[in-house]
Amino acid sequence: MSTPGIGADQREGRKSGGGNAALRKISDGATNVAIKEPGRFFALVLDTFRAMFQWPFQWREFIQQAWFIVSVTVVPTMLVAIPFGGVLSLQVGGLIRQLGAQSYTGATAVVAIVREASPLVTSLLVAGAAGSAMCADIGSRKIREEIDAMEVLGINPLHRLVVPRMLACAFIALFLNGLVSVVGLIGGYVFNVVLQDGTPGAYLASFNAIAQLPDLLQAEFKAFVFGITAGLVAAYKGLNAKGGPKGVGDAVNQTVVITFMLLFVENFIISTLYFQFVPSKGM
Amino acid sequence: MGVEIRVEGLTKSFGRQTIWQDVSLTLPAGEISVLLGPSGTGKSVFLKSLVGLLKPDRGHIWIGDRDLPYLPERDLYETRKLFGVLFQDGALFGSMNLYDNIAFPLREHTKKGESEVKRIVMEKMELVGLLGAEHKLPGEISGGMKKRAGLARALVLDPEILLVDEPDSGLDPVRTAYLNQLIVDLNAEIGATFLIVTHDINTARTVPDNIGLLFLRELVMFGPREMLLSSEEPVVRQFLNARRAGPIGMSEEKDMSELEAEAKMGMEVGKLPPIAPQLMPSDGRVRPGQAPPGAWCAAHGVTPPPGSFVDDLGRNWVEEWPRYVASMGHSSAAGHGQGGQQPAGGAR
Repeated sequence: MSTPGIGADQREGRKSGGGNAALRKISDGATNVAIKEPGRFFALVLDTFRAMFQWPFQWREFIQQAWFIVSVTVVPTMLVAIPFGGVLSLQVGGLIRQLGAQSYTGATAVVAIVREASPLVTSLLVAGAAGSAMCADIGSRKIREEIDAMEVLGINPLHRLVVPRMLACAFIALFLNGLVSVVGLIGGYVFNVVLQDGTPGAYLASFNAIAQLPDLLQAEFKAFVFGITAGLVAAYKGLNAKGGPKGVGDAVNQTVVITFMLLFVENFIISTLYFQFVPSKGM
Repeated sequence: MGVEIRVEGLTKSFGRQTIWQDVSLTLPAGEISVLLGPSGTGKSVFLKSLVGLLKPDRGHIWIGDRDLPYLPERDLYETRKLFGVLFQDGALFGSMNLYDNIAFPLREHTKKGESEVKRIVMEKMELVGLLGAEHKLPGEISGGMKKRAGLARALVLDPEILLVDEPDSGLDPVRTAYLNQLIVDLNAEIGATFLIVTHDINTARTVPDNIGLLFLRELVMFGPREMLLSSEEPVVRQFLNARRAGPIGMSEEKDMSELEAEAKMGMEVGKLPPIAPQLMPSDGRVRPGQAPPGAWCAAHGVTPPPGSFVDDLGRNWVEEWPRYVASMGHSSAAGHGQGGQQPAGGAR
């Protein structure tokens, strides 16, 4: 009935640890970063995709989240897109003038903005604004035990919280990408015409000289993938937040950093594949 | 009427740190059990393992013929519908008001109409004394109210098993007493199996049928309340009497020299206080799962310490019990004791 000498064995166990503790800690950390975390993330991704096809889809949550993401990203997106378009047109415009191809300023601006700049700006905003907000939301629910409570009530938080957020993020990223393209081009136009004395006609006439429809489609595809990625990373970090409010802060921080890195890698991969498979438009 | 939970050889560790190992116990159907233990012994971890929120490293948790840690996800979610869980600070959904929080499980899992939902929610809110606070958000109410709202939410689906994580933390003694009484009343009403995790000795002395004590990665003892309250086991004795003298130290355990020094100073736990009578349901009902007082002691030949079953009015409940049951007109409860045989569980 009683357990005599409780703890005697544990006491010995504790003493023998000693020497290699620091080394063990480092190796634990390394395995964690290299194997465990990516493994768990991958497991979450699989579970989330499975939960995506569970009925019923959470339309209400999806719309609320989409609106929330719009509210935190639209204004910053526009404010980032305007100077981005301006800088691009300053840089490229100067170069093009030196080459004597002023008539193609519009064409280069379109290519630079639609193909590359707008997915990048979208990724910055999706990771920095939407992802961090999403992670903070899920993380604070986690530490308040709301997620546990939800599971105990027999509701899968992946289905209820993560899937609608992830899809809302991807859905809004599509529009953000379009927004960045339009606002960036307007910014480029204004900078080119007003500051660089370009002619409006030249800018507009060469608009589709190099750019083609697949450029826009690949950019939209990128934005969609970015949205999914940001949503998944935010969910993963949020659901694994621990250690009180500081834990949520750490999770948000890590979300932003990891999402940035992943999105830039994805951007590179998709661009490379795109150039391999879609021939450039001849002039 | 309640479901038995059988835990066999359960072990849980986080990384290299073992939380507890080889925990085996049976929570008898329809009875109230309390799990005690010093802070940081993994009581809450145990509770979360019981609902499948944490996966143990080894061991089984049998609920009927279902082994919880090894259930596929779909069955796990299904099995969880048997449970109601009250988390430490209520774990209410911050974006919903109290009414929606409490209605949430009904709206998710039942096809009840909104008027029926309202009736049930209001009934539960009245039960926990929250009428009038329906439209408050969890951020706007006190810790005690959150806890009561959490309890109401845990109750709306009429669970077979109710797990309660520290009902007394952050509550004043009066409210704790009310909450304890509420737990006993609820048990009488719905007959669910209760597990309360706490380190409040008053709760442990008055509420449960069974007590378990976790200390140093082991379940030191699990058994009927009277057995632990009169136990000579040093850890149990020290904990249930809240003394400094004994094996439990400030951080973890004391070593032999400290214990010897204590013995020399005459700090040992002296005469034990009489065993407080168990709380009765406030309207005098007999709880369906309750074994008669003293049944276990009689069956195991344990002599309870003097004054064990005597209440404030001097009534001895061992003698009083059959009369009490008869006066309440419950024949089933008396039969449930099965001639002094304590329902499964026993001591480890």
